[in-house]
Amino acid sequence: MSPRTSGTVRAGQYAALLCYLAFLAFPFLWLISTAFKPARELGSLHPTWIPQDPTLDNFRQAFDEQPLLRAAANSLTAALCAALIAVVIATPMAYVTARHRGRLSTAATGWVVVSQAFPFVLVIIPLFLVLKYLHLINSLWGLILVYVVWSLPFALWMLAGYVRAVPPELEEAAAVDGAGKARILVSVTAPLLAPGIVATALFAFITAWNEFFFALVLLKTPEKQTLPVVLTHFLGAEGVADLGPLAAAAFLATLPSLVLFAVIQRRITGGLTAGAVKN
Amino acid sequence: MTLATATVRSGRGTPRGGRGDGRRRDGRRRDGATWFLVLPALIPILILSVGPLLYGIALAFTDAQSGRTRSTQWVGVLNFQDLLHDTLFWDSFRIGLLWAVGVTVPQFVLALGLALLLNANLRMRWLARALAIIPWAMPEVVVGIMWRLVYNPDAGILNETVRDLGLGDGRDWLTGLATALPAVIVVGIWAGMPQTTVALLAGLQNTPHELHEAAALDGAGAWRRFRTVTWPAIRPVALAISALNFIWNFNSFALVYVLTSGGPGGRTRLPMLFAYEEAFRYGQFGYAAAMGCVMVAVISVLLALYLVGRLRGGEDA
Repeated sequence: MSPRTSGTVRAGQYAALLCYLAFLAFPFLWLISTAFKPARELGSLHPTWIPQDPTLDNFRQAFDEQPLLRAAANSLTAALCAALIAVVIATPMAYVTARHRGRLSTAATGWVVVSQAFPFVLVIIPLFLVLKYLHLINSLWGLILVYVVWSLPFALWMLAGYVRAVPPELEEAAAVDGAGKARILVSVTAPLLAPGIVATALFAFITAWNEFFFALVLLKTPEKQTLPVVLTHFLGAEGVADLGPLAAAAFLATLPSLVLFAVIQRRITGGLTAGAVKN
Repeated sequence: MTLATATVRSGRGTPRGGRGDGRRRDGRRRDGATWFLVLPALIPILILSVGPLLYGIALAFTDAQSGRTRSTQWVGVLNFQDLLHDTLFWDSFRIGLLWAVGVTVPQFVLALGLALLLNANLRMRWLARALAIIPWAMPEVVVGIMWRLVYNPDAGILNETVRDLGLGDGRDWLTGLATALPAVIVVGIWAGMPQTTVALLAGLQNTPHELHEAAALDGAGAWRRFRTVTWPAIRPVALAISALNFIWNFNSFALVYVLTSGGPGGRTRLPMLFAYEEAFRYGQFGYAAAMGCVMVAVISVLLALYLVGRLRGGEDA
């Protein structure tokens, strides 16, 4: 900020930053702490931050109580397929909207914005009826279709940005050399876009892996349900939860998202580091 | 092939005039290729996004119900008339607005503070960045579960802290009539802070640095510098992100579903939860669709007023 920041101001800034860090971190630390506590400690009236007698029992119990592995497999299938399909169909469209200004690009951008504003409930009822008609209720394929469409706006947005970063001169050069349009896309543009495509796919994967509402509505039988839906089964009917296994399962379900997000965060939160050197 | 060689080659290979012809020929052929590139995304969008949206709006004017054998009838604006007198829905709507404003405003203020700190060359920024991932990447269901552990009356850390500080025995935050809504609002703020911070920080980093220094040299205090230099620069981002946050928050579902399922006594029953129950517990598809329409309409009007007001304010200043 200003070149002359006084000592007291600096101290105040660090104090404020520490408060933020504590606020951001403490719920997650508590989740981890709970996940490793034996039942005896969870029942005690004076819970501690650090488990006195850490155990893996909660994890074992979590797998016994709910079909977590099957749910994880369902989540993985849905998220993987949705991410791949979304990227495959979004990349060409993003390319067109980024390269050719026209009514189509405007409409696509408009739709991206508008689709953010509509409550899911207005979309989910007709979707439910359409998928029912197609016999895709309670099917992972129905869910995948919904996830694809649901992740398209953001995928288009991200990919169009990456396309704009590829200089059109490169493509023109290849055209001059006699390469066809398809050839140019495959051997010139695609390799340059690859990192962006991967980041977009990972983002789509995370969104689908985390998604709850559509999965709750569209998947009826426990065999089909995805991880977030199965996690809510731990809460029980009266909201009385078995805290240890609940925390353990929730912790495990978060890991893939956290890891993948850590991989792509520099691309998404680039603003956080850009300019750090300039000052 | 590097960029430099590419441009050189393109320059060499295109004699004047020839390039223009190529463009024109290309333009005619482009239509086919364009459609080929666009259709794979366009068809699913039309069938599963635009179509359902229109279908959903149409449903609001019918008596569609789930699992009924009789065919669906057009009922005109009957659903909307019913909705007008449905006090439960309007209660829920009021709670939804309280929640959306109660989350969006503090979220924005806190995120702005954090963004300013992160922009101020402090140590430990990497830690803040790492921690910011957690709320952002986490499944909403897990966020809800996590905070239920924090709020848990016996085994939760919040009550334990309250007891340690000698502030009483603590309470059951999520089931207390008075505390439930504030408690879920805190979770909402926590969950949405990273996105907002990142957006604002991006805006901050586009602020012209020289202006800042010039203002400082002229003896402007921190607050004045913020008002005259920083704020005008990040205003567009601030407007966009707060408007988006408001929409997202108003439409949010999973967090509160997991935290309270709308209880106690409907105190946290957001409109989305209300409409979900109406549609998928009671099977009133038409009525729930009407709710969705009303939600969109009211939110659009509020947002339009907000944006117009804000943009006007900008011209005056």
